[in-house]
Amino acid sequence: MHQTDKIWLRVSPFIESLPTKIGQNLKKFLRGAIPQIVAIIVAFLVGAIVLAATGYSPIDAYTRLLMGAFGDSYGIGQTLAQATPIIFTSLAFLFAFKCGLFNIGAEGQLLIGGMAAALVGISFTNLPFYVHLPLALLAGAGGGALWGFIPAVLKAKLDAHEVITTMMLSYVALYVTSYMVNYPFKAPGWVSQTPFIAPAAELPRILPPTQLSGSIIVASIMVGITAFVLQRTTVGYEVRAIGLNATAARSGGINVKRGMILALTISGLIAGLGGAGEILGVERRFIDGFSPGYGWDGLAVALIGGLNPFGVVLASILVGALRSGGMVMNRVTGVPLDVIYLIQSLVVLFAAAPQIMKYLSKKGVATTRTAGRVLAKFQSALKNIKHRLKRR
Amino acid sequence: MSIAVRMVNITKTFSGLTANDKINFEVKKGEVHGLLGENGAGKTVLMRILYGMHKPDQGQIFVDGKEVRIESSAKAIKLGIGMVHQHFMLVPSLTVAENVVLGLEPTKYSFLLNIDKTLKDIKSLSDRYRLQVDPKAIVSTIPVGIQQRVEILKALYRRAEILILDEPTSILTPQEVESLFEAIKALKQQGKSVIFITHKLKEVCAICDRITVLKKGRVAGTVEKAQTNPDELAEMMVGHEVLYTFERKHIAPGKIVLQIENLKAFNDEKLLALKEITLEVHEFEILGLAGIEGNGQTELVEVLTGLREPKSGKIGFLDETITRTSPHERIEMGFANVPEDRQKTGLILDFSVLENLILGKHDKPPFATKWSTLDLANVTKFAEQAIKEYSIKTPSDRTLARYLSGGTQQRVVIAREFSRRPKFIIASQPTRGLDIGATEYVHKKLVEMRDQGCAILLITADLDEMFAMSDRIAVIYEGRIAAMKERSKTNELELGLLMTGGKCE
Amino acid sequence: MVGIIDIINVGLFAAALRMATPLVYASLGGVFSERAGIVNVGLEGMMLMGAFSGVLTSFYTGNAWLGVLSAIFTGGLFGLLHGVLTVKFAGNQIVSGTGINLFALGFTAYMSQTIWGSRGASESVPSIPIISLQFLKDSVPVVGDAFNTLFSQSPLVYIMFVVVIISYIILFKTPLGLRIRAVGEHPAAADTAGINVYRTKYLCLIASGMLAGLGGVFLSLGTLNIYVLNMTGGRGFIALAAMILGRWKPFGAFAASFMFGILFALQIGLQSTGWLPPQIIQATPYILTVVVLAGFVRKAKAPSDYKPYEKD
Repeated sequence: MHQTDKIWLRVSPFIESLPTKIGQNLKKFLRGAIPQIVAIIVAFLVGAIVLAATGYSPIDAYTRLLMGAFGDSYGIGQTLAQATPIIFTSLAFLFAFKCGLFNIGAEGQLLIGGMAAALVGISFTNLPFYVHLPLALLAGAGGGALWGFIPAVLKAKLDAHEVITTMMLSYVALYVTSYMVNYPFKAPGWVSQTPFIAPAAELPRILPPTQLSGSIIVASIMVGITAFVLQRTTVGYEVRAIGLNATAARSGGINVKRGMILALTISGLIAGLGGAGEILGVERRFIDGFSPGYGWDGLAVALIGGLNPFGVVLASILVGALRSGGMVMNRVTGVPLDVIYLIQSLVVLFAAAPQIMKYLSKKGVATTRTAGRVLAKFQSALKNIKHRLKRR
Repeated sequence: MSIAVRMVNITKTFSGLTANDKINFEVKKGEVHGLLGENGAGKTVLMRILYGMHKPDQGQIFVDGKEVRIESSAKAIKLGIGMVHQHFMLVPSLTVAENVVLGLEPTKYSFLLNIDKTLKDIKSLSDRYRLQVDPKAIVSTIPVGIQQRVEILKALYRRAEILILDEPTSILTPQEVESLFEAIKALKQQGKSVIFITHKLKEVCAICDRITVLKKGRVAGTVEKAQTNPDELAEMMVGHEVLYTFERKHIAPGKIVLQIENLKAFNDEKLLALKEITLEVHEFEILGLAGIEGNGQTELVEVLTGLREPKSGKIGFLDETITRTSPHERIEMGFANVPEDRQKTGLILDFSVLENLILGKHDKPPFATKWSTLDLANVTKFAEQAIKEYSIKTPSDRTLARYLSGGTQQRVVIAREFSRRPKFIIASQPTRGLDIGATEYVHKKLVEMRDQGCAILLITADLDEMFAMSDRIAVIYEGRIAAMKERSKTNELELGLLMTGGKCE
Repeated sequence: MVGIIDIINVGLFAAALRMATPLVYASLGGVFSERAGIVNVGLEGMMLMGAFSGVLTSFYTGNAWLGVLSAIFTGGLFGLLHGVLTVKFAGNQIVSGTGINLFALGFTAYMSQTIWGSRGASESVPSIPIISLQFLKDSVPVVGDAFNTLFSQSPLVYIMFVVVIISYIILFKTPLGLRIRAVGEHPAAADTAGINVYRTKYLCLIASGMLAGLGGVFLSLGTLNIYVLNMTGGRGFIALAAMILGRWKPFGAFAASFMFGILFALQIGLQSTGWLPPQIIQATPYILTVVVLAGFVRKAKAPSDYKPYEKD
């Protein structure tokens, strides 16, 4: 038998099963995504009500939003560019959450990572790009990791509530980076920014004139790595075990404290990389206030994305679309950008209590049932009347 | 003497299991009536029905001669029935006084707490029933015996005439038991009726006027204390038919694998749960540890698996001392653990069967590569084998453990633990909640492991199981080893007596 | 050269009191919520909504006190929302609280833009005047002046003292407080004692929201007369730390909040000296919160069982 035939024999059943496998997985994915999809729809509806109540046309606003986000290649590029840092921060939240921890300090970790990357970027001038760029990225990851490590240790050793510590450290990061950009590392001039990084440290732009940069490639790689680490490595296994049942995990020999520290540190690392990506790919220097709150988006997105790495990508694109489309919407119709945050927060609120879905669907079922019964009675009454009329 | 409460033909089933089967039970006014039986005999269920926590499927209840329906605890309280549960319903950071009056607080100026009146009320109750307490003490700081008095005072404050005490002495020291008995005598003097649920023969003989014995949901008999003796009671309680015969060959035990010396340990409430444990387990041997729950078994398992640090003592494994090693190290050394609560400690319900099967060895070859990734090929192969070998009924290896039946979940735990060829297995209540088929399977597997040289510590409250499985039997009572016997040299009655505190006077 | 005495003086304590007030209100809110067994990380959002609604109402009615009332009402509303999500629907308490925070941020910025054309700041509105105890200055010699500085505060500051005392009385001297503590710590025991666990939790959460709203409106109408974007600046979280430091007790929360107030006030004082760059000084309260949580709260045992209570 020919070599290729042998190979085909081996491979063909796998290939043939692919469509069904993909189809099955897709179906499972969609079914699991229903609560999120419903939540998004309801959030948009409520948003529409708020818009209408304050004198804007929701249809106008939403159309502009959509067109701005996806209408042309510029829009799509900007959407993806806006989505990129959000992918990082939502992955960060996700990773910590899988271990049962709430990292709401992704914003701070992102800032520190961005600053670290910027510093590496401006400190060297003669390194080749294949050294400088990875070094800068590494610095970003390290900065974020440090900012995640601090609350991690505090939680593991001293039981300090990570919600408060990560939030506080976010503010600290804000001020520390602001200080650094206004004093020791300030570039001459009026703007609070560092000097530009060396070209060798830059992440290239992919789709000029949009801001889409190589950072999205790093983001995609991180998605893959995160999914891989969570599902296919011992670290991920232990992290998930701790998050689901810390008692059984301990019984099974897992070092829970160490796992928690790892989870929060890695979480910070991912957010830090996101910051590095923004600095190296988009801003090319650290400028005060470059993040319009990517860290906070991360939380909402992680929840919208159903807390799995691939859903998170879709949700990031959605929120990225909201941001980029929102800017267009704001320019054209004057609707404030903040309606986006409003909509996002509504999704989060829904995500807080998934039981709402059950409750609503029960109510929905009950209402449809009573409606059905009323309808049935109505129908039989009609039939009765018809019958009587016929008899006459 | 008139009848305080009468329960007629009470039947209650819980998803197929008949907890109470046509039970007739009555208590006279001013009587202390003991409700005796093994774990699972139905005593607590019967009393919970009386206290309005469960509704009977069939039967009637008469209080003071009148038929009543008790739909809630509030209704039971109104009828004058009070219950002191085995697990106290006290708020730890509040004082004794606050706990007693919670929900019925006396007030001053209609919105402030009237502390003086509270203290006065409690003092008068306290004196009347010889239940001395310090009303200002914070509940978390007082010993368990006093906490129990607070629970009784709670019931009395709500004007209970009939008091149900559920296993009241299980957590008391001998001196505290004496005080409790004094209090019960005082209650009797004041005309209250007391129902005393217990499995301890010694006490039932000491304090009760009449005794009703429950066995497997039915009444085995009601006797006057004066007309019976402990042996007769033990027989009523414990003697029953063997469900299936079990063939087991006799193997001579080998060298000592596990050596425990003078072990002492605290439980979560800072009380000494293990007072003095010394025992050894040999290769090719199943050592059964008999005892009613709550006598230290849980803490012993936790110390042996490394989840709880002992106060003092030594644990030796083969040639090494392992007293302070971590759970991870012990798994490495060859420890296997089948925990008593498979859903809380044994499995991660939201992990798949596959993932649960490798817990404990997930970070070592063959399941992990040297780069710390999971070697899915090996893991899947292992899972396949395990599922076949241990007949795990699951639609796929990816099914979440949450969706498996109890028996199947236990098989997963066993598959995981036994397939590692451990040197020492701790099995706690391994067949609890399982049907006959699953039980038989677990037993078969345990014996198989023993025959291969494993040392097994079997902890169970089921005497049938104890006798079918063990080569030697130790009895644990109140944190100490009360006895150590060869299986062939003892019988169920003797064990029953030892488990419940020894012979009666 | 600015000296120490220019910083540490009566003015500092007066400022500290002012800075502490919103923290006290919010941390009291936290106390009530957590004593009933619900974690409330949404204090920040409830404060912000209170601050905003106060300004909004004052803008449309011209009456600052109506603004205060609306702030209390709004805060209570969001407290109820948190309650519904976490109690009725047994939702995740932290996600719910965070959702409220995000909502508040988005909503206030959006409305601010829509009404005043700027998401950053509103127009000035009537605010609450300061009440000073002038008679003290005149009657008491030497220290009268100092007292006057110390006690020239917004009425909301004076009310704060009263609220602290009332909270203490309610929580520790009334049957209601007893039941709240029981519900939070051991809901099963409270249930078997005949207490309505759910209703108690809702009550506490509404109170929690109302207090947070009060704290927020103090920021907008008590110290200033405008609404500024994200004017709470993390105070809701610092209030949580104060609550923990104060061991979930009203007086403790007050003391801890006052300590943070001194830190905030010191920070402003230090900025004017120029000893350290402003950003570093601004960061200190947050750093110190972390230090406090790490160092001094080691053995703090929360009073409650935060699991959703399910009656079978």
